[in-house]
Amino acid sequence: MTAPAPLADGERPPAAGALDVERLRASFPILAREVHGHRLVYLDNAASAQRPEVVIDAVNDCYRTYYANAHRGVHALSEQSTDAYEAARGKVARFIGAPDSHEVVFTRGTTESLNLVAQSYGRPLLAPGDEVLLTEMEHHSNIVPWQLVCEQTGARVRAAPITDDGELDLEAFAGMLNERTRVVAVTHVSNALGTVNDIPAVVELTRARSDAAVVVDGAQAVPHMTVDVAALGCDFYAFSGHKMYGPGGIGVLWGRRELLTAMPPYHGGGAMITRVTLERSEYAAPPQRFEAGTPAIAPAIGLGVAVEFLESIGLDRIERHEQELLSHTVEVLNDLPWVRVLGQGTEGASPRAAVVSLVIDGAHPHDVATILDEQGVAIRAGHHCAQPLMQRLGVPATVRASFGLYNTHEEVGLLVSSLHEVRRIFG
Amino acid sequence: MSDLRDLYQQVILDHYRAPRNFGSLEPMSACAEGYNPLCGDQVKVYLRTDGEVVDAVTFEGVGCAISTASASLMTEAVRGLERPQAEALIASFLKLMTGDGNGAAGVDLGKLEVLSGVKDYPVRIKCATLAWHALRAALEGGDSETVSTE
Repeated sequence: MTAPAPLADGERPPAAGALDVERLRASFPILAREVHGHRLVYLDNAASAQRPEVVIDAVNDCYRTYYANAHRGVHALSEQSTDAYEAARGKVARFIGAPDSHEVVFTRGTTESLNLVAQSYGRPLLAPGDEVLLTEMEHHSNIVPWQLVCEQTGARVRAAPITDDGELDLEAFAGMLNERTRVVAVTHVSNALGTVNDIPAVVELTRARSDAAVVVDGAQAVPHMTVDVAALGCDFYAFSGHKMYGPGGIGVLWGRRELLTAMPPYHGGGAMITRVTLERSEYAAPPQRFEAGTPAIAPAIGLGVAVEFLESIGLDRIERHEQELLSHTVEVLNDLPWVRVLGQGTEGASPRAAVVSLVIDGAHPHDVATILDEQGVAIRAGHHCAQPLMQRLGVPATVRASFGLYNTHEEVGLLVSSLHEVRRIFG
Repeated sequence: MSDLRDLYQQVILDHYRAPRNFGSLEPMSACAEGYNPLCGDQVKVYLRTDGEVVDAVTFEGVGCAISTASASLMTEAVRGLERPQAEALIASFLKLMTGDGNGAAGVDLGKLEVLSGVKDYPVRIKCATLAWHALRAALEGGDSETVSTE
């Protein structure tokens, strides 16, 4: 065993039960690469995280040794693929506290999950004058599907405001709920600010004032904290594999069984029916009803392995580690007068996930991103698919650094020194 | 590895901090908007022509150093040109950015050459060309047209 590396400036000694980050990093092959001659500092995890070797191997192994279509054949490979695909569903269900694995629908990602709810739950339900209540901090994927279904049905989209600290204004939210509110669609964690919304409170207010279903965009929550859909009390919960160290092209919609059972299919095709004649078809029960066509079998299996990977580390330990990175980052940035950190709230504010959005005096986020990239630091610059939020904050774009379980305090230091380089160029 | 100092030359930083011909234009002959949906950057270019001559070009909008400096330098470069010359300059600049030769034959890009470093940063080329596409649309007679980089 080698001696621990000396602590970088501002770094804290690891606490008991802390993550062995160096060992974890070694299980992510991509983290060893260089970018423009510098070691990669990957701080774009809110856009997409990287995959550990076990996930890459699981996908690889599926294709190399047992891949066939699921739910179709009698032959050995099909049976093995089907078993692995359905086992992944079971792992996901357990991971999010779903009472029944039939409530877990595999989709292509959060976006498809939310479109599925909008079209299969919202469209048959919504009528002219009905309301879908969102918030100002939603990602476009939790805005546009609702606008589409409102155009189709004559219902209207409303958006609850956020405070200057980047938090959902729960009082205003409550005031906008009424008997015409059919759907409440809210993000669990803001992808641009990291704000963690109090979902049980949202659910409680909604139940008290309307019959609306509560749809939660969990894409930014699932990789960073323990999520228990039963405890949250919502009706639908959507998330993506690629943000939780799993493969791309696979996502999840969890929905209450009684709601899913009453919903018409989203797409028509094979695997989602029990009987087809040229006149009409009978649909399969959930989740198959919502999984028309050949699913993303290997990615689903890889997602199951990503879930086990996260469980083996422990979400509570991951959360603690990322929270330390976050407070370290915010602390250092707050000391730089030319940096403005957005929406980190004040003392006693709601918690934040490990996302930092910032703007730099006199330097546009895209220029910042280019200068950081030259130093191997990958961050995101732009509107983060949350243009209404940018308008609310009064900025065209931000620089966003988002952390994952493999990021280190040393990398926070590299982020900050690369921001100093921006300052040197832009003065 | 390209040197960031080649990209962010003093001339570019100067035009970013103090853009020339910034604002709307009254009276004007045409205006067109450039929009980059990937980053949300938006630039509006105003054009006034006097017969065949470009009398004035101004712009407004929010953008990065590259897009702002490029728009600012453009407004200076096209002023006083005859329409065909202006069109040739636009073609030449766009060629410079896409690395397709060193501009169109016989067109001296002059000061605009400071933007040549952008071609080493492929994702930033659209920043540099945004205002130029809008100017081309304005010259083609568009009124309040929006040209998209996508």
